Amino acid sequence: MDVLGLSRLQFAVTSMFHFIFVPLTLGLSILTAYMESRYVSTNDQLYLKMTKFWGKLFLINFALGIVTGITMEFQFGMNWAEYSKYVGDIFGAPLAIEATVAFFLESTFIGIWIFGWKKISKKAHAVSIWLVAIATNLSALWILLANGWMQNPVGFVLRNNRAEMVDFTAMLTNPYGWLKFTHTVLSGYVIAAFFVMGISAYHLLRKNNLDFFRKSFRAAATFGLVSSILIFLVGDFHAREVARTQPTKFAAMESVWESTKEAPYSFLILPDAANERNSVEAIQIPRMLSFLAFGEGQAEIKGLKAYPKELRPPVSPTFWSFRGMAALGILFLLLTVIAFIKSRGNSIETSTGFLRLMLYALPLPYIAGQLGWIVAEVGRQPWIVYGVLKTSDAVSKAISPANVMVSLAGFTLVYGFLAVVDIYLLSHYAKKGPDSDLSTLINPVAGQEV
Amino acid sequence: MEFQIIWFILWGVLWAVYFMLDGFDFGAGILSAFLPRSESDKRKILRAIGPVWNGNEVWLITAGGATFAAFPTTYALMFSYLYTALLLVLFALIFRGVSLEFRGIMDNEGWRKKWDIAIFLGSFLPALLFGVAFGNIFQGLPMDISGYHGSLLMLLNPYGLLTGVLFVLLFVEHGSLFIAVKTDGELSERAGRLSGGLWFALLAVAVAFLVHTYFATALYTNYLNNPVLFAVPVLAVLSLLGIKVFAAMGQHLKAFYASCATILLVTFTGVIGLFPNLIPSNLDRNYSLTIFNSSSSIYTLRIMTVVALVFVPVVIAYQIWTYRVFRQKTTADDVSGKETY
Ligand code: HDD
Ligand code: HEM
Ligand code: HEM
Repeated sequence: MDVLGLSRLQFAVTSMFHFIFVPLTLGLSILTAYMESRYVSTNDQLYLKMTKFWGKLFLINFALGIVTGITMEFQFGMNWAEYSKYVGDIFGAPLAIEATVAFFLESTFIGIWIFGWKKISKKAHAVSIWLVAIATNLSALWILLANGWMQNPVGFVLRNNRAEMVDFTAMLTNPYGWLKFTHTVLSGYVIAAFFVMGISAYHLLRKNNLDFFRKSFRAAATFGLVSSILIFLVGDFHAREVARTQPTKFAAMESVWESTKEAPYSFLILPDAANERNSVEAIQIPRMLSFLAFGEGQAEIKGLKAYPKELRPPVSPTFWSFRGMAALGILFLLLTVIAFIKSRGNSIETSTGFLRLMLYALPLPYIAGQLGWIVAEVGRQPWIVYGVLKTSDAVSKAISPANVMVSLAGFTLVYGFLAVVDIYLLSHYAKKGPDSDLSTLINPVAGQEV
Repeated sequence: MEFQIIWFILWGVLWAVYFMLDGFDFGAGILSAFLPRSESDKRKILRAIGPVWNGNEVWLITAGGATFAAFPTTYALMFSYLYTALLLVLFALIFRGVSLEFRGIMDNEGWRKKWDIAIFLGSFLPALLFGVAFGNIFQGLPMDISGYHGSLLMLLNPYGLLTGVLFVLLFVEHGSLFIAVKTDGELSERAGRLSGGLWFALLAVAVAFLVHTYFATALYTNYLNNPVLFAVPVLAVLSLLGIKVFAAMGQHLKAFYASCATILLVTFTGVIGLFPNLIPSNLDRNYSLTIFNSSSSIYTLRIMTVVALVFVPVVIAYQIWTYRVFRQKTTADDVSGKETY
């Protein structure tokens, strides 16, 4: 492989790895903050226990989000130097703002939260986890506005051999960026909800700490239901925005080859990219695709064949990933509705079949999130900045294939090792359940009440 | 003032504050391999940096982000030219981060030993490599119209290595004073004594560095053109002497502040010498990356200036507050639980 191929692979590996940890942080920080607030307002020790148990899992996950983020920050310069030169005038700003307004806040108050149990008041302590939750979501906002700009570049002119920003507000209000932000943080909330429900299900099946896990399950089910409904709705808006701004990606997502008015939606499609057609198109709803894309049944969907071959994204990965994500999204709606209803009662532990299902469903939202990024990033190809800069023109000139091979091998090894350790720690502490002796958890000062 | 100059100053300040803050984390991380005589000692050291290291590291991320936003061409070329060196720094920082977070929650002796090695290497390597990188930037990189002509091995030249050693000693001195301030009893005393001995080594290397800089770099040109600027390196030397004076009086907190000032002023000394270059070329000065030929548009710089002026003071305020919350010494009591957060 050449520098371009290797750098793409490396970027995909490192960003997808970062995105294993980040979404759980986005959601679990909010759930933990909610539990601690309940503890502060009710003074119920059960909520304190919940805060500490889920907070500990939150911290184990958080550590890897942080260390994998550092790589992301420097990779644009290392592997995508031409990109950084060409669009740095625009793209650098949100990254720097993200660090200044979000990372500082998050990293400072996480330190306060972990070590400050005795040092500050109960209220101030709960405020610090809320600040962490807000900061992590803010960091997602800025990075996704940056990514949104790559998807739908706005507010710039081409000047001095590069793209220069002329309208910062246009970037701040880019609808693509806001949809991306909403959809992505919601994916984090769904992931966190399934994480808490899955682990709670594990313990409910074993009848451990029933009260504790019932309450945890119930909170997560509500959170998950709301998030699953919203992510579905926002996903629909998002797809429309894609149809409007990135017609080639939309055509690949739906595997549309010929431009058609009144395009039907087919539930069953088998793309045949080699022959530029679909070998199967069945179970159709007339005009539905036109309606989904543009809000009217008559609208024309541009097919892939309307574009030269070299401007089309790879169809199969984009198509299958999109189908997979949407199918999972519908499944999550179903599961969270059931979970919500069942968790209202006080005997969820009797629904063993459903609990087992929720345990096995734990990884599914992670998969949906990764599929979503494949749609977004692979579907944008061959562009790195849609319509402005090709990925092939973005890669660094100063590095050799050997450089990238070494770094890619290094990242694979290091990240692989970290993943194993992290999964070990998470499952170890998840299985162990809440500590009955609160003083040994998080706050190690023996013999003092918390 | 021109926006490029404002951002050059901010760029220097971000690096200087980063070295001042993460410097004591690196120093403490390096010393955690030598100084402790017991598990409790070790935990005290790690516990002292525990609440703050992540917030300190974000100064690096911000320095990187600010370089990207304000001087994108420098960001692009610096990191692609120094690819492998930066990769090593990244891996080291990754391991430092996870080991600081995970060491405390692994109730397993064998694992703790492994994390200890990672903490040491993850502190020592970045300290050394940041020094090597800045030493080479001070000297200038071999770049011209056809790109970069250097290699990883060429970075390890005498002046680069000398700067690397200077950084390591600065940070270890800084870290030992930090430990002396933040822990109690015999550990604190030993750290204080160590800082006294290290100081002579630091002084020797600092003098060698100042002299070698005259021969190996063009940093002094700006000073000779504008002698007032000599105030900065002179103050750096004075604060270095201040460390010894305060430490000898047993006032470790003041010695630590003097060490903060030393690191800030040493960084400023180098950065002032670079102006208006960010990375000079040592082949052909026309290909130096300057704040004027590598900057973002004035529009972007203006927006970023507003952001920095509003948010950086807020950040400084709450970080100072954090240091106040954790101002007490970490004691054996703090680290006696079976898991040490
Ligand atoms: C739990 C995760 C999850 C679930 C259930 C869904 N998504 Fe999603 N989706 C994501 C997680 C995600 C994501 C990880 O957040 C992505 C990747 C990039 C992005 O902006 O969000 C994404 C991207 C993404 C994109 C591409 C954005 C782009 O090209 O920039 C579209 C069109 C949709 N989604 C639409 C949907 C629809 C119609 C869903 C129907 C139920 C859906 N998503 C469910
Ligand atoms: C964290 C979640 C993300 C994931 C999982 C992800 C995934 C991917 C994948 C799979 C590719 C490879 C596409 C291909 O080569 O065909 C890619 C490429 C890329 N993405 Fe993302 N991405 C993420 C976030 C981002 C963000 C937030 C940005 C920008 C701010 C970004 C910028 C890029 C760049 C520069 C490339 C390299 C060029 C390319 O091959 O497309 N990615 N990403
Ligand atoms: C590709 C571009 C990206 C870059 C350059 C980047 C950079 C970083 C950095 C440097 C950190 C560490 C901060 C610290 O030390 O405290 C971090 C953590 C984080 N990132 Fe990313 N990131 C990227 C993609 C994303 C995406 C796509 C999201 C969310 C949708 C995201 C959300 C977060 C969050 C919430 C954290 C903090 C929580 C945690 O560490 O788990 N990042 N990122």
